[in-house]
Amino acid sequence: MSTAGGLAKRSHQENWLPILELAIQEVFEIMLGCQVKPMAPSEHKANAEFTAMVGLAGALCGIMTVCCDANTARQIATCMLRDETSSEEHAADALGEICNMITGNFKNKLAGTDEQCMLSVPSVISGGKHTFRSLADGNSIETALLFEGEPVFVRLQLHS
Amino acid sequence: MDKIRALIVDDSSVMRKIVERSLRQSGIELEKVVEAANGSEALAALQSNVVDLILCDINMPVMDGLEFVRQVATIGIAKGVPIVMITTEGSESHVVQALSAGARGYIRKPFTPDQVKEHVLPLLGKKP
Repeated sequence: MSTAGGLAKRSHQENWLPILELAIQEVFEIMLGCQVKPMAPSEHKANAEFTAMVGLAGALCGIMTVCCDANTARQIATCMLRDETSSEEHAADALGEICNMITGNFKNKLAGTDEQCMLSVPSVISGGKHTFRSLADGNSIETALLFEGEPVFVRLQLHS
Repeated sequence: MDKIRALIVDDSSVMRKIVERSLRQSGIELEKVVEAANGSEALAALQSNVVDLILCDINMPVMDGLEFVRQVATIGIAKGVPIVMITTEGSESHVVQALSAGARGYIRKPFTPDQVKEHVLPLLGKKP
């Protein structure tokens, strides 16, 4: 899914939101066979029972997070596996891999970033009582999408 | 097509299942699928399993996919067995590193079954 020449430059962060949304839509369409629709984050309250994260280092430094409720995470795993018996372990695994692919797909679309940016392996936190705080102190890009009628929140928090 | 034995290396169990399903959707009949969660587990699996094809992620804990490919070449196991990287790392430098280390193909995630077919079948001597 790398785009020849990239779609945006590092200095043009104001243009990154549509690129992030495109990266998300491609991952859901190709790997889950599902369309996701962007929505206003304020339309739904975040119920982050699962938070997946992937760190970025190098030309792009920060953290990508994908969060949703437990039922949505299980539904994502079910769609990926084409299996009705997805476990909580599968839900966490699937959400981590979704976050990984969104991050990779997004950075592959940024001109000059792809060659100089490394990704961490994904980590996933589960449980209804957690709060995620990133120490990244730069800009953040955030979007929310509806998957099977439920919100999935994606955020890229950058170091300055 | 003869049935093949495949080693699928990825730290995500969900992704290992998707890769296996993509192989089957490509028309490849699988006699056996061996799974490993990282390069170290994959090297151990190759000590006790003969395989015809290896599909390997890059970003994995313990031993990453590039180091696994280098180790396969250094140790001299699985000689002649095609290794295809399946990874989110899409940069040219990663592709060059993987191919230089001995990988024969490179598929970027997210991927379709058609992309698996296109990259894997020629390595098995078949037309995609």
